[in-house]
Amino acid sequence: MNIHLAAAAAATSPGNPVLNISIFGAFVAITLIIVLRASRNNKTAADYYAAGRSFTGGQNGTAIAGDYLSAASFLGIVGAIAITGYDGFMYSIGFLVAWLVALLLVAELLRNTGKYTMADVLSFRLKQRPVRIAAAITTLVVCFFYLLAQMAGAGGLVSLLLGINDKVGQSVVITIVGALMIVYVLIGGMKGTTWVQIIKAVLLIAGAAVMTVWTLALHGFNLSSLLDHAVETAGNPEILNPGLKYGLSNITQLDFISLALALVLGTAALPHVLMRFYTVPTAKEARRSVVWAIWLIGGFYIFTLVLGYGAAALIGADRILASPGGVNSAAPLLAFELGGPVLLGLISAVAFATILAVVAGLTITAAASFAHDIYASVFKKGQARPEDEVKVARRTVVIIGIVAIIGGIGANGQNVAFLVALAFAVAASANLPTILYSLFWKKFSTQGAVWSMYGGLASAIFLIALSPVVSGSPTSMIPGANFAVFPLSNPGLISIPLAFVLGWLGTVLDKVPRDTAKQVEMEVRSLTGVGAEKEAVNH
Amino acid sequence: MGNVALEEGVDAVIPAATFHRVQESDEFQELRKRHRSFVFPVAIAFLLWYFAYVLLAGYAHDFMSIKVFGSVNVGLLLGLAQIVSTFAITTWYVSYAGRRLDPIAAAIRHEIEGPLAAATKTSAKKESK
Repeated sequence: MNIHLAAAAAATSPGNPVLNISIFGAFVAITLIIVLRASRNNKTAADYYAAGRSFTGGQNGTAIAGDYLSAASFLGIVGAIAITGYDGFMYSIGFLVAWLVALLLVAELLRNTGKYTMADVLSFRLKQRPVRIAAAITTLVVCFFYLLAQMAGAGGLVSLLLGINDKVGQSVVITIVGALMIVYVLIGGMKGTTWVQIIKAVLLIAGAAVMTVWTLALHGFNLSSLLDHAVETAGNPEILNPGLKYGLSNITQLDFISLALALVLGTAALPHVLMRFYTVPTAKEARRSVVWAIWLIGGFYIFTLVLGYGAAALIGADRILASPGGVNSAAPLLAFELGGPVLLGLISAVAFATILAVVAGLTITAAASFAHDIYASVFKKGQARPEDEVKVARRTVVIIGIVAIIGGIGANGQNVAFLVALAFAVAASANLPTILYSLFWKKFSTQGAVWSMYGGLASAIFLIALSPVVSGSPTSMIPGANFAVFPLSNPGLISIPLAFVLGWLGTVLDKVPRDTAKQVEMEVRSLTGVGAEKEAVNH
Repeated sequence: MGNVALEEGVDAVIPAATFHRVQESDEFQELRKRHRSFVFPVAIAFLLWYFAYVLLAGYAHDFMSIKVFGSVNVGLLLGLAQIVSTFAITTWYVSYAGRRLDPIAAAIRHEIEGPLAAATKTSAKKESK
């Protein structure tokens, strides 16, 4: 996100920070009341981590959409389409198709075999300690990078809302965002977090729908004339064709494939998305959640296509790029163009609410993973009392909140897309092979899981550190240095297959006898939901 | 070492032998077959379709730029087709699972949990403390 968004606001939406603060304040007030009401009976660990498994598929699906449609992807995709045309649309498609992996291969089986965290499933039939520690580490790393991106984005966006332009003021804003998020998660647990996500998803999708219909109405509800208008404004017919961004060379074409791979395989391995499947009572509701999420997210991405080309047509790439907010300001600028300061205020507040909700979801996932997987299962060897576990989780929320605030201040002004893509690539490399192998491959072993998770995690991070995103080009994080020996900005093309191979190799070389009883139990549980469905009745 | 996550409450009372017996039963094998014979081919098919699309967008710029009606080109239509096929596969799977998977899964669940109902009640009480 961008430190200069505030100036864009000042330039394009004269004098309405008061309006913006009021809209945002109303959102915070309403959601806080709901979180307080929702949290009245947060007693057990199942209440705190999994909202007592009390949500319906529709509610959870909406919350998943709320979790998934982060502001970076809302502002980012609209901006990418407005500037790079068709190549930006690829993000929408990858992000959506990825849900089929979750629906068909992961969601229900995972719901049936785990309790609170991804590590529950991965360690089910393997050796507890090493697998749980590895899964918790990959969860924490993925959440951390995702969190950094959101917090940095919050700095830029709130600056736009409130017209704060200096670094110190923005740091204060990031601190307030972090503190608010800590409050939501501490009080509300999973239940409160889920409600914040539901409200946010409804607001975001409704806001995007209004802007979409408005944009189409200005073009006689004719997509083709909207596209013509975009070409006319851009002065370049190539905006409708693929290749504007990724067609430059062989390397960018490979980079495109790498990004597509990370996008489609990352979603089903994002820990904060996986954890949402535990908030519903049955596997059938988990399935229903994914179906809701797919329809909502798919609808939203169709909107982004219209909004992206709408911004290209009504504002134009030159004006978007020239505005201090750069590519990320396309959606807010379009809102201002359509509905003036009021719509700009509403859309910015919604985008901000989006960040808050996503941050809350990530925080509770990371806290649950630390308390449940590291503290209760590894330190206390499974003997921790549930009350203590929740206490540890709450403390972890505070620590993660503080880390996120510090990291967010440090990452303020840095490339958000880089951090989000890193989170996707790391998730797909470190988690997905082990998830799939342990659900579907009978022989899969502890050594395979550990090799795959650490190998995937390390290779993804290592390759990104050596990529042009970090050094060697003017847009890098460290523009002065050049150690970019790896040419692709997304590591997925190498690290994901590598993690699959390592999982296979570790397994075939593992001479330790497998726990067949556990394997049989996992297979029966995952397909039938034995035990897991009772859970709902008990609470 | 057992599984911490699932050794509480009702789950602890299901003996390993039961899982073995169920896993070897024809019912369960049928459920497993039906599940895998749907999700594997469909997953492979949509991944192939997705990567075919990605490769076209990455390397076949001229083909993707052919205008079909007005300014709407092949690339845009194929992109929208990806979204539509995602919706279609979702609907197809839900209908398949509802008809072919859920009834067997429920029957097996009841078969395992049925005899344990009484034991479950007491252990559930214990757990809620």
